[in-house]
Amino acid sequence: MHAWTRSMAWSAALAATLVAVMVVSAAIGPVTIPPTEVLKAVVNALVVPVGVEFTSLGGGPLLLPGVDVAYRSPFAFPVDDVHRQIVVGVRLPRILLAALVGFALAAAGTVMQGFFRNPMADPSIIGVSSGAATGAVAFIVFPVAVSVTLPLPIVGAVDVGVSDGTGLSLFAFVGALAAAFGVYAIATTRGRTPVATLLLAGVAVQTFLGAVISYLQLQAGESLRRIVAWLMGHLSGAAWSDVAVTAAVVPPLFLLLLAYARDLNVLLLGEEEARGLGIAVERTKRILLGASALITAAGVAFAGVIGFVGLIVPHMLRLVVGPDHRVLLPTAALAGGSFLVAADTVARSGSTELPVGIVTAAVGAPFFVYLLVNREVHEL
Amino acid sequence: MSPGAPEPSDRDAPLVDVEDLAVAFGDVSVVSGVDLRVDRGDLVGLVGPNGAGKTTILRAIKGTITPDAGSVRLDGEAVADLSARQTGRRVASVPQETNLAFDFRVRHVVEMGRTPHLGRFDGHGADDERAVREAMDAAGVSRFSDRPITAVSGGERQRVLLARALAQETPALLLDEPTASLDVNHAVETLELVRDLVDDGRGALAAIHDLDAAARYCDELVVVANGGVHAAGSPEDVLTAETLRAAFDAEAFVGRSPATGEAAVTAFAAVDADDPSGETVQSGTRRIHVVGSGRDAARTIARLAAAGHDLSVGVVPAGDAAAAVAADAGAAVVSAPAFEPVDDETLEAAVALASEADVTVAVGGDAGPNAPVLAAADRVVSVDGDATDEAVLAAVRESGSESGEGDPETEGRGPPIERGVREAIE
Repeated sequence: MHAWTRSMAWSAALAATLVAVMVVSAAIGPVTIPPTEVLKAVVNALVVPVGVEFTSLGGGPLLLPGVDVAYRSPFAFPVDDVHRQIVVGVRLPRILLAALVGFALAAAGTVMQGFFRNPMADPSIIGVSSGAATGAVAFIVFPVAVSVTLPLPIVGAVDVGVSDGTGLSLFAFVGALAAAFGVYAIATTRGRTPVATLLLAGVAVQTFLGAVISYLQLQAGESLRRIVAWLMGHLSGAAWSDVAVTAAVVPPLFLLLLAYARDLNVLLLGEEEARGLGIAVERTKRILLGASALITAAGVAFAGVIGFVGLIVPHMLRLVVGPDHRVLLPTAALAGGSFLVAADTVARSGSTELPVGIVTAAVGAPFFVYLLVNREVHEL
Repeated sequence: MSPGAPEPSDRDAPLVDVEDLAVAFGDVSVVSGVDLRVDRGDLVGLVGPNGAGKTTILRAIKGTITPDAGSVRLDGEAVADLSARQTGRRVASVPQETNLAFDFRVRHVVEMGRTPHLGRFDGHGADDERAVREAMDAAGVSRFSDRPITAVSGGERQRVLLARALAQETPALLLDEPTASLDVNHAVETLELVRDLVDDGRGALAAIHDLDAAARYCDELVVVANGGVHAAGSPEDVLTAETLRAAFDAEAFVGRSPATGEAAVTAFAAVDADDPSGETVQSGTRRIHVVGSGRDAARTIARLAAAGHDLSVGVVPAGDAAAAVAADAGAAVVSAPAFEPVDDETLEAAVALASEADVTVAVGGDAGPNAPVLAAADRVVSVDGDATDEAVLAAVRESGSESGEGDPETEGRGPPIERGVREAIE
C-alpha cells in the first residue's frame, strides 16, 4: 500500500480514538455526565458564521478593517444547563488544550528522534523546555508590571498584564525560543550545524538554565509553590483563549513538519547520503529544528514542562507503524493527544488534583524500562 | 522543470571532470593537484593506499565537501553551482558503509533513491516503481526486499546501497569500495553489473582496493598516493612494480593471471625493515641471473623482481612457469625447448648473462645442463625450493656487500642458504 494511503488510514483510526478519549474524558469528573449528554452539549456549542459585515477601517495596530461576524448555532439539543456549563466552560478547553499540547509534543519528539538519529531525543533536547521554564519562573519571581495589547489572529486582541496567565505563557514562549536559538547559534559554525554539536550544546544550555532556575527558586519565597506546579506541568485553569492560540500555532507547524516527512526519512541515512539523494541538508535541518522548537514552545508555554510524552509516544508508535515518518509523524501526534488527554483525566479525577507531568512521568518511565528490557531501544 | 524530467546535459562534456582539485582538512592537505575525468562508457578505478584520499576525492565530486582549490564539473556544470537535487540526478554514490538507525525495509531504502526525482508531495509513479524494481533485480536484493535493513548481512546491505544508487538512474556512478564486504561471487557480480551499466553508456568512478579486480574491470586506473595523483592510464601502463612500490610502499610483482590474461598483482611484505645496515632494498638493486625451473624458480624470480632487482633468467624450459613469470617481470630470458638437449648457442647466451650479473641465484639442488652457466658466474647463491623470501633477499644482499660475507646473524637463520656452490660443482 502506498505510504500516504497507509498514513491516512492509520491517522483516521487514531483521530477517531482521540475523539472518543476526549468525549469520555469530558464525561469524567466530580460531576459525572453521560457521554451522550457531552456530545449534545458540544454539538450545541458549535456555531456557523451566517453573515459578515465590514465596519469602518479599523484603527487597531494592524489597521485591518473591522469585521463583524454573525454566528448562529444550528443545533439545540436539550441539555441540562449546569452540565453544559461544566462541559463547554470548564472541561472542554482543558481537554482540547491537553490534546493540542500532547499532539505538539509527540510530533516534535518524533522529529527530534529522527533528526538526532537517537532514540533518547525528545523535544526538550534543544533547550526548549528549559528555556520555557526559565522564562516562566522569571516571570513568576519578578512579575513585570507591563500591559501590552497583542493583536493575535483568530482570538483578536489579548491584553497581557501582570495578573494575566497569558503573560506567563508569553514569557515561557519567548524563553523557549530564545533557548532553542541559543543552542542553534552555539552549534553552528560556517553555516553548518553538526547534529552531535547540537546535542552537546543542548545539554550545556539545559544545564546552565537549570542553574538559573534553581537560583530563581531560592529567591522565590512565597511563589515557590506556583513555580513547582508550573515546572511539573499542569493543564488546570486552561481557558478558551489558550486553546485558540495553541490551535492557531500547532496545526500549521505540524503540516510543515509533515511536508518534510520524506526528507526526514532520507536524513536517517546520514547527512552525507541525504545530500547525495538531493536533500538540501542544512536548510532542511533549519526548517525541522525551527518548526519543532516553535511547536514545542507553543505546547509548553501554556502547559509547563510535561515530560515523557515526546519521548515515549513516538517510540510506541514506531513499534506499531514502523519508522516511515510519513506514517509515524501524524499517528504519533494523534496518539500523543490521546495520551495527554487520558493522563490529564487521571490527574484531575483523584481526590486532590495532581500536576499532569507527574502522571505522564509515572506512566512513561515504567513503559520506557519495558522498552529497554524488550530489545527495541538498543536496536534502534 | 517537472520532477523526474531528465537533467539537460551537454553530451560532449565529460560526466565527471575534476581539474586541479585540492582538499585540506584544516591545515592538513589531503590531496592536491588532482585531475581526472570520467566519460560515458568509462569505468575508472581509483586505487591507492589507505588514507591516500580516494574517499575525499569522491566526496568532493558529489559536493559534500568544498574543495580548497580546483573545480569539479558534472556534465559540464560546476558542482558548486548545482543544488543537491540537481547533483542527485547526475551522480549516485554507493558509500563504503552506512549506519541506519531505524529499521526501514530494504525496499524502502531502495525507494529513497528516487528522492531527487520526486516533488515534495509526489507519490511513487509507475516510472519510479519500475526504476526501483529494476534496481533491486539488478543488484540481487529482490529476494529480501521486505526484510528490515537492520536484519541483513553486511554484504547484503552493501548491495542494497548499490540498488539505491541504481534506482537514482543517474548517468554517473561513484562507488567507494563497492566490493569491500562482498563474497567472491557477489564481488564479481557487482563489478560485472557496473561494467554492463558502463557499457550501456553510463560512466563510473570506483575506489577499489583489489588491484586485480581493478585491472580486470576498469578502462583506466588513477593511482592516488602521497597527496595527489601518482599515475593514471590504462591498467597495463599503471600497474607496474615501480608504481606500486612508490604508491603503496609495497614490493609487488605484477604478472598476468593465466585465467584472465589481465594484470595480477602479488604483493610481498617489504623486508627492508630488518636490514641491519639500514639500507633500503631499492638502493641495493643488483643485476641478478637466476638459474632453475618450475614453481620454486618462478616464486624466486617474482620476489626478486618485486624487490626491484634487474633480472635475467636461463636456461629455462620453454613454457615453464619460471619462463612465464620471467617474461612478466621483463627479465631477459634464455629458453630452450623442454625435454631436449640444450644447444651450445643457447647455453652461451645464458653463460653471457650470468657472467654479466653481480650475483647468480641457483634455485633447487640440481643444476643439470645449467652447470656451465653457474661456472661462469662471479658469485653464486644457491637456495632451496622452500627457502623463505627473507632468506632469498638476504642472501642476495649479503653476497653483494663485501662486509656482509659470513654475517653470523644470517647464517644462524637456518639451512636454506648455502655457500661455496662453485666448489661443490667442481
